[in-house]
Amino acid sequence: MSVTLLLGLALTAPLAGAVLIAMSDRKPNQRETVTLVTAIALFAIVAALTSRVLAGERPYLELLDILPGVALAFRIEPLGMMFALVASFLWIVNSIYSIGYMRGNKEGHQTRFYVCFAVALWATMGVAFSANLLSLFVFYEVLTISTYPLVTHHGDEKAVRGGRTYLGILLTTSIGVMLPAIVLTAYLVGTLDFRPGGILAGKVSEEMGGLLLFLFMYGTGKAALMPIHRWLPAAMVAPTPVSALLHAVAVVKAGVFIVVKLIVYTFGIDYLAKLTNAEWLLYVAGATILIASVIALRADNLKRRLAYSTVSQLSYVIMAVAILVPVSAMGAAIHIAAHAFGKITLFFAAGSIYTAAHKTEVSQLDGIGRRMPWTMGAFAIGALSMIGVPPTAGFISKWYILQGALDAKSTAAIVVIVLSTILNAAYFLPVVYAAFFRKPPDGGANDHGEAPLAIVIALTITAGGTIVLFFLPDLPLALARSMVGLGG
Amino acid sequence: MIEAHLPALQIVLPLLAAPLCVVLRDARAAWALTLLVSWAALAIAIALLVKVLAGGPIAYELGNWLAPWGIEYRIDGVNAFILVVVAAIGAVVMPYAYASVKAEIEEGRIYLFYCMYLLTLTGLLGIVITGDAFNIFVFLEISSLSTYVLVSLGKDRRAMTAAYQYLIMGTIGATFILIGIGLLYMATGTLNIADLAKRVPPLAESRTVLAAFGFITVGTSLKLALFPLHQWLPNAYAYAPSTVSAFLAGTATKVSLYILIRFIFTVFGASFAFGRLPLDIILPVLAVLAMFVASTVAIFQRDIKRMLAYSSIAQIGYMILGVSFATVTGVSAGLLHIFNHALMKGGLFLALGCVMLRLGSVQIADMQGLGRRMPVTMAAFVVGALSLIGIPLTAGFISKWYLVLAALDKGQWYFAALIVLSSLLAVIYMWRVIEAVYFRPTPNTAAAEAVREAPLSMLAPTWLLIGANIYFGIETSGSLGVARRAAAMLLGVTP
Amino acid sequence: MDFAERIVGLYNYWIVILLMMAGFYVVIASRNLIKKIVGLTIFQTSVFLLYISIGKVRGGSAPILDKAIETYSNPLPHVLILTAIVVGVSTVALGLAFVVRIKESYGTIEEDEIRAQDEPGD
Repeated sequence: MSVTLLLGLALTAPLAGAVLIAMSDRKPNQRETVTLVTAIALFAIVAALTSRVLAGERPYLELLDILPGVALAFRIEPLGMMFALVASFLWIVNSIYSIGYMRGNKEGHQTRFYVCFAVALWATMGVAFSANLLSLFVFYEVLTISTYPLVTHHGDEKAVRGGRTYLGILLTTSIGVMLPAIVLTAYLVGTLDFRPGGILAGKVSEEMGGLLLFLFMYGTGKAALMPIHRWLPAAMVAPTPVSALLHAVAVVKAGVFIVVKLIVYTFGIDYLAKLTNAEWLLYVAGATILIASVIALRADNLKRRLAYSTVSQLSYVIMAVAILVPVSAMGAAIHIAAHAFGKITLFFAAGSIYTAAHKTEVSQLDGIGRRMPWTMGAFAIGALSMIGVPPTAGFISKWYILQGALDAKSTAAIVVIVLSTILNAAYFLPVVYAAFFRKPPDGGANDHGEAPLAIVIALTITAGGTIVLFFLPDLPLALARSMVGLGG
Repeated sequence: MIEAHLPALQIVLPLLAAPLCVVLRDARAAWALTLLVSWAALAIAIALLVKVLAGGPIAYELGNWLAPWGIEYRIDGVNAFILVVVAAIGAVVMPYAYASVKAEIEEGRIYLFYCMYLLTLTGLLGIVITGDAFNIFVFLEISSLSTYVLVSLGKDRRAMTAAYQYLIMGTIGATFILIGIGLLYMATGTLNIADLAKRVPPLAESRTVLAAFGFITVGTSLKLALFPLHQWLPNAYAYAPSTVSAFLAGTATKVSLYILIRFIFTVFGASFAFGRLPLDIILPVLAVLAMFVASTVAIFQRDIKRMLAYSSIAQIGYMILGVSFATVTGVSAGLLHIFNHALMKGGLFLALGCVMLRLGSVQIADMQGLGRRMPVTMAAFVVGALSLIGIPLTAGFISKWYLVLAALDKGQWYFAALIVLSSLLAVIYMWRVIEAVYFRPTPNTAAAEAVREAPLSMLAPTWLLIGANIYFGIETSGSLGVARRAAAMLLGVTP
Repeated sequence: MDFAERIVGLYNYWIVILLMMAGFYVVIASRNLIKKIVGLTIFQTSVFLLYISIGKVRGGSAPILDKAIETYSNPLPHVLILTAIVVGVSTVALGLAFVVRIKESYGTIEEDEIRAQDEPGD
């Protein structure tokens, strides 16, 4: 099958699925089946594409010109391939989880939920495969709009307010900061294409380059650099499958994916290395890592703690690529995958606890490990991955990032990595300890068992994936190496 | 044979149909006649546009009297484009009007409504198509007077005072334009625009010409509701019948903007207007004020039609800003936004008309929870809102992109920042409505419970305009190409 | 041109300006709706006078084919103004029609009283 056809299919499958899901409104089992089939089909297509991309092919698909000279176009490169692979795989697992969660909590508006999910995944594929900044922007905005109904799913006052912050920050940064940056780039450079080595070299002066970097970093609201990170904790009002999607699969990963892609394919690592006014990115990312970790430490609500942990982990990726060394860029790319698996496991666990035990605060979790061993076991694995301990995937990415920091002799980065590892341990390990080794408080609130089967299956798959990635990292490594052009 | 007389037919058809409506008296017959004529007008406008794009400007002498003594209709890239915009909105709104007008205007007066509608259409098309300055004034007054009547037919008694206020301010504006034209005639002895274009620039230093320019600019600014001469617009749009608001929002102010563009670029010349006279400072400043002040006021409105009216004032600011850059990118951005805004606002007002039909009110408090009971209408509203905000894949995004590009092109990055900032204000006032419509519970009244979806005759035109938003946000070569050619022609550069 | 010529010689323009400003002022400053229309009419009339007065040619007469008449005043402004007068009359008629209906509906034609009736209901 031609590679371009595969690419086209990857882009249409989720949208077609959305339509079919919408048509299955009255039949929940059919609807859920369509979701799963669409997700599996998408993964199959993406997997087929991966083998071709690893062999060196770079499929290209161009639709029409939206603006003169700038087309809606798609080109797959290794980083986008990895992102799409992670996203499509985790969509399958997330769908299994959603079935258990949505039915277990008797949530309403489930068709709208699954339809928006499919559209959001379509937008994610669009982001992953975009060939130029305009196509990227189009799908970035579609992603924001399609996830809004998911965030405000419950429809109550809290959800509306959370949705307001979510939309407000994301649209303000995208329309107010990113769009001018893109137009400015088009104006200065004449093209918006993504190319290895970047497009700015030779065309854009130092001051302009510095300005563009600032605009793009703060224009990409989904990467949650401080202080535009507030939408993330605000989005916690969503049902947990949505938080799992936001924090592992689509939205935040799209954010940092864009950051890495911009730095590698628009700015170019060499161009940025020559800029004298680009160092702030490293320090801002580092500060975000530490401040977010401290806030996580003090958060009692479990989802809030996980949200701030995500803010912190996202800046790991940003900081890694800001070190501007190929090895750490590889680490950044791998961390996109590693964090995805680890965080989705943690959120699955949080939702599982809510569904089975109706508990939301960390302080309520004493002894829960005895009654929910699968859930808390998975949680422990996810936590270890966040901290970066073998045998979890988080260790691999942290290793590469640390190598890069040592290569670049960046003391700041090394200090941040060490400190944040300690902080991560400080806010994750006690939860695991309390769950397994403390006595549960007395009272009827503990009369519950494990979560529904679908949830447990999903949890196990992602936790397992975290460990598998540690032992079999070849695929992400190969893609990451290919991205930075180190061959192999 | 007919082809040669298309320019005349463009005006004659609606003009003759208007008194025919009075003769017919029956509401349905009047509607059917208006429908046919407006569709015919659209067909003629499209045919003219195709001819102009293929073969260059068309000059048509009325009664075979040679210009510059006779009145000629002159159609080039700019007015062919605007002709299509006006005719298209007029045509799309007509099927919609059947149900909407029946609900909002008493049966015995409906034929008069359609008569006035045809006269307005005649006037607007006439302004755009003519190549004679005084003819512009005549058609301007024809369209204005019938517009005042249309506005006054609204159900609310405040429609009457709104129409009166519009009459007073509009007449002052038109009279200023008349003074300006008179002064130009005094200085040059001609009224033909092409002829004026040759005779005025050598006289650029004379006080007569300077005064003429001033009067014309202020007069047209009144008519196009440029801040701070916009006072008449919110009331007129809010209290007019829904069909009228939708029709006017896409046409009346745009045509006045066309008059301004025609005089600035063709008659006086860009270097005179923006170099010798300080319009390059005044217009952008007023435009930015319009963008911010009007958007901010829109945020606090409880009547949604009023909110959209203020939004229109802000959008007119965008168009003026684009035009005031006096570059090909800038002027084409302004022209493109004329088209895109007509699609956006037309669609939004049509959607609101559906709400008015079923709910009887467009107050935000009454519209709570409407998303559940009128899903198709409200979906159209959401898409229109996204276009207004400037989300990619909609027409509004293309306009925004070009405006920002035009600002950067001129090196005035602060305008780029102001453009995007005011777009964010649009997010606030549109999202208020969306939140109320989808997230708030339905009010506990019998009227609210009884609401159901609008009829197909109203939904189809609404979705046609809204769908066009998406179409022209993706397939932009047509609209953008025409706008660029028109802008290049106005500025005297090869595209 | 010296001072006297400027004032006396251009008397038509001075009259036009006077009427224009008077009319404009009446429109803006009056509260009574009919008075506003009156002001509007004065304003428009001044413009008519402007057009017509510039059409006069010294020694010229009406454009009639007659051996006695050799120079014609410019007839074009007259034609234009006939149109404009018609427009003006229509405007006044429409405006007065509005005033009649407003009176029926509000009971008053004073602007501030109308506004008072509208405001609390808003």
